[in-house]
Amino acid sequence: MSEQFEFTADNVEKANAFIARYPEGRQRSAVMPLLDLAQRQNGGWLPDGAVETIAGILGMAPIRVLEVATFYSMYKLAPVGKHRINVCTTTPCWLRGSDEVVHACKTSLGIEIGETTADGEFTLAEVECAGACVNAPVVEIGDEYYEDVDAESMTRIIEALKRGEKPDPGSQIGRQTSAPEGGPQVLTGDVTVKQTKSGKAKE
Amino acid sequence: MPKLTIDGIEFEAEAGSSVLQACEALGIEIPRFCYHERLSVAGNCRMCLVEMERSPKPVASCAMPVAEGMVIHTNTETVKKARNGVMEFLLINHPLDCPICDQGGECDLQDQAMAYGKDSSRYHEHKRAVKDKYMGPLVKTIMTRCIHCTRCVRFATEIAGVPELGLLGRGEGAEISTYLEKALASELSGNVIDLCPVGALTSKPYAFHARSWELGKTESIDAMDAVGAAIRIDSRGNEVMRVLPRLNDDVNEEWLSDRSRFACDGLRRQRLDKPYVRGADGKLAPASWDEALAAVTSKLGGIDGSKIAAIAGDQCDAESMFALKSLMESLGSPNLDCRQEGAVLDGSGARAGYIFNSGFAGIEDADALLIVGSNPRIEAPVVNARIRKRWLLGDFPVGVIGQQADLTYEYDYLGAGPQTLGEIASGKHPFAKVLQKAERPMIIVGMGALARTDGAAVLAAARKVAEDTGAAGRDWNGFNILHTASARVGGLDLGFVPGEGGRDVAGIMEGAEKGNIEAVYLLAADEIDMNRFGKAFVIYQGHHGDMGAHRADVILPGAAYTEKSGTWVNSEGRVQRGQRAAFPPGEAKEDWTILRALSGVMDKTLPFDTLTALREQMARAYPVFATLDDLVPAQWGAFGTADGALGEGAFAPAIANFYMTCPISRASETMAECTAVFVNGGKEATGTDG
Repeated sequence: MSEQFEFTADNVEKANAFIARYPEGRQRSAVMPLLDLAQRQNGGWLPDGAVETIAGILGMAPIRVLEVATFYSMYKLAPVGKHRINVCTTTPCWLRGSDEVVHACKTSLGIEIGETTADGEFTLAEVECAGACVNAPVVEIGDEYYEDVDAESMTRIIEALKRGEKPDPGSQIGRQTSAPEGGPQVLTGDVTVKQTKSGKAKE
Repeated sequence: MPKLTIDGIEFEAEAGSSVLQACEALGIEIPRFCYHERLSVAGNCRMCLVEMERSPKPVASCAMPVAEGMVIHTNTETVKKARNGVMEFLLINHPLDCPICDQGGECDLQDQAMAYGKDSSRYHEHKRAVKDKYMGPLVKTIMTRCIHCTRCVRFATEIAGVPELGLLGRGEGAEISTYLEKALASELSGNVIDLCPVGALTSKPYAFHARSWELGKTESIDAMDAVGAAIRIDSRGNEVMRVLPRLNDDVNEEWLSDRSRFACDGLRRQRLDKPYVRGADGKLAPASWDEALAAVTSKLGGIDGSKIAAIAGDQCDAESMFALKSLMESLGSPNLDCRQEGAVLDGSGARAGYIFNSGFAGIEDADALLIVGSNPRIEAPVVNARIRKRWLLGDFPVGVIGQQADLTYEYDYLGAGPQTLGEIASGKHPFAKVLQKAERPMIIVGMGALARTDGAAVLAAARKVAEDTGAAGRDWNGFNILHTASARVGGLDLGFVPGEGGRDVAGIMEGAEKGNIEAVYLLAADEIDMNRFGKAFVIYQGHHGDMGAHRADVILPGAAYTEKSGTWVNSEGRVQRGQRAAFPPGEAKEDWTILRALSGVMDKTLPFDTLTALREQMARAYPVFATLDDLVPAQWGAFGTADGALGEGAFAPAIANFYMTCPISRASETMAECTAVFVNGGKEATGTDG
C-alpha cells in the first residue's frame, strides 16, 4: 500500500509526551501535535504512511486522521521545499506592498506561487492573513515571521537562506516589537506620577 | 417534560428531544438535509432554521434541544427568508443536471428547491467541480452534486461500523471520499444511496436505467436472507429494476443488506422460462407443460412412496412447501427435508427451539451477548447493525465462539469450537459469570454451529446455557437461532422434515446413491451436492438454471420471490407476506400452481384451487400462519435435549461468500463484481467504471 513511516526514537518519546497531556480515553486529541511531529521528521510533508502510523498509535481510523490533515493548510500532503516561504497578501499586507514582496520572491527564486525550486530548497506560497498586520507586510519562512518586509529585504533574506545562513527574523526595519515606525510617538516626555489623596493618578 | 409553544400551539415535548422532533410530533414539516433520525446530529446544512423568541438569529432546530417556555415560529417571514438564503447558498455550486441525474424525481434538494428556491441565480462566477470518487461496484459518485450533509460519513461510521468515509479538506475545497479511494467495504453500503439527499451517491448498477416515476412500486418482503426485511420492489413492465428498503422498526429499521438490494439483476439472467425433459439422448429438451407433467407422473406413479423424496430450497414460500408436503403425503413419502445445510433443528420440538425468540428489536434490550457459530455481519447484516447499535450504548459484553471476524464491534473471543461452549454450559468458563450477572442475557446460535454432526449436542449445550443464565426466563427469552435461509423457519413450522421413518437430506442422498431412493423432487433446492443423486430421477422446480436444473431429468419452471405472492417466516418467526411485483418469465408459473396442476395430472388432486383456499388450509393445519406481521412469543418447551458428545472441530462459517448464496445472487453480474472486489481481494478502480 503506501510507504511505511516510523517515528524516530526521539520522536516516539515526544509523541508519548503529547499523548500523555490528554486524559485517559481522549488520546485522539494528540492527533494534531503528532501530525506536526511527523511532518517535521519527514522534511515538511506527510506521506500516507504517516497518516496510517498516527492512526494506529491513536486508535483512530486513517480517514479521521486524514480529515484533520486536509482541514488545516499547515499540513502538507505532498513534498515541499526545505524553506517554505509564505507571503501574506491579505488587505493590510497588500496595502503595504506585498505585491512587490511576491515579485521579489518570484524573481530571486525563478518560480511562481505554488511552485518549488528545482533544487528542492524553496517553496513559494501566498497565504491569507498571517495575523501580524501591525508589521505588514509579513512573510513566514519555516517557523519564523519576517516583518516589515519590502522587495529589497526579501531578496536579502532569500540570498542569505541560499547561502545557508539564518537571517534574523522579526522586523526588517528595526522596529521595536510593534511600536510605531520610527520609534515611540506618544508619552515621550518625562512623566511623574503623583498619588493624590483620592487615590487617582495625577500627572 | 418541557412545555413549549410552536406556532402558537402549546406542546409538551419529550425531554431531550430537539425542536425539530417536537415540530414533527405536531405535524409541522421542517425541511432538512443533514438531519436524519437514525444518525447523530451534525447541524451543518442549516436548512431546518426556525425562529426562536429571545434569540437574535434563527436557530437550527435539529440541534436545538427543547426547553421549558420556548416560543418557536416556523412559518414567519424571517424563517422563510433564512431558508431561502440557505437554499441559495446550496445551489451556488450544485449543478443544474437534474434531467440526467438518477436522483431526479426523488431528490430532497429538488423538492425543497421547489419550496425555497429562486427561479434564477444571482451567482455569475464559475461553479466548482469535484472529481468523482471510486467507492466500489455498488455506489456511483457524482461528487459535484454533493452538498456536504455528511449523512453517508455518519452512516458508515455509526451504523455500518466501517469508518472509511470522511470529509476531506474544508470550505469550498471540501470533498467526501473513502480513505485512498478504496471501495466502501460494508455489507450495508447501499444504504448511503438512500441516505444521500441529492444525486451525489447513486446506485451504480441502476444508473441511467429508469426514472423513479415510471416504476411500478410493490411493497413486499425480502427473501434473500432470513431477516425478512421490508422491501419495495420497483419494476418497469415485467422487469424488476431495483429493490429498496421500507420502514419496519421491528425488523430492518430502514436498512437493507447489499445482497438483498443489488442482486435483483440476477432475476434477468439464467432463467428457466419453459419446461424441459431429459430425452433418451441424455440431453434436456424443451417440452410443453403437459409433456413435462406427464413425464413426472409416469415416473412417480410407478414407484412406491418410500422411494420418493422431496427437498425444499432456501427461498421457497410457505405455500409451495405446504403444497409439496401435501402431495408427498398423498404419495406416501415420508422423505421430506427443508434443511439443505443439514442443521439439526427440527419442527417436532418447541418452536422456541428454532427461532430468534427475543425478536431483532429485542437485541436493544439485551445486556450481554454470546454468539455461537455465527458471523451476523455476513449472515444478517441488518441484525448485526442492531447489535452494533446496542453495543454503542455501552455496558454490553459480547462473547464469540466460532470464526474470529471483524463484526464492527468489540467482543471477547472465547474459542473456535463446541468445547468452549461446553465450558460455558458447565459454568467453568469466566464468560458464564458474565451471562449470569446480566439481567437479560442473549445467545445467538448460527447455522455454523448447528449444521454439523455434533449439532444436536451443540444445541443442547446452548439450551443449557440459556436456562442456566436466565436467557430463557419467564419474562425474557434471549435464546436466539439466527437462520440464513428465508424459507427455513417456514419449512420447520410446516413440518417439512422427515416423517415417521423418513430420510433427511443426508439420508436421501445416501439412499439415492444406493438406489433406495428412485425419485427426488427438488423445490428450488440448489445448495446440495448434485453429484450424489446416483441414478435417481430428479425433478427440479425452480426459477434459475443453477445446480439443480443441471442435474434434473425434468425441469418445471417456477417463480422467483419477486414473482409470486408468498408467505415467508423470518428468523424471528414473524410470518410476513410478499407481493408479486412481476410475472414469471415465459411459461414459468407460480410454484403452488405447478404443484396443484401436477397433483391433478397424477390423480391426487390437492384440495385447493385458489391461493386463498390454500392459505386457509395452511393456517388451519399450522396455526402459526394465521398471525401475520406480528410476533407471537413461542413457549419454551422440549427441544435440544439430545445426548451426545460435543465434537472438537471449529465452527465453520455458514456463508462462504456474502455476495453469492442463492441462484439469484449467483446469476447476478453485480454480485459477481462485488465478489471480485470484496471477496477475492480487490481489484483497483480502472477509471472506466461508472
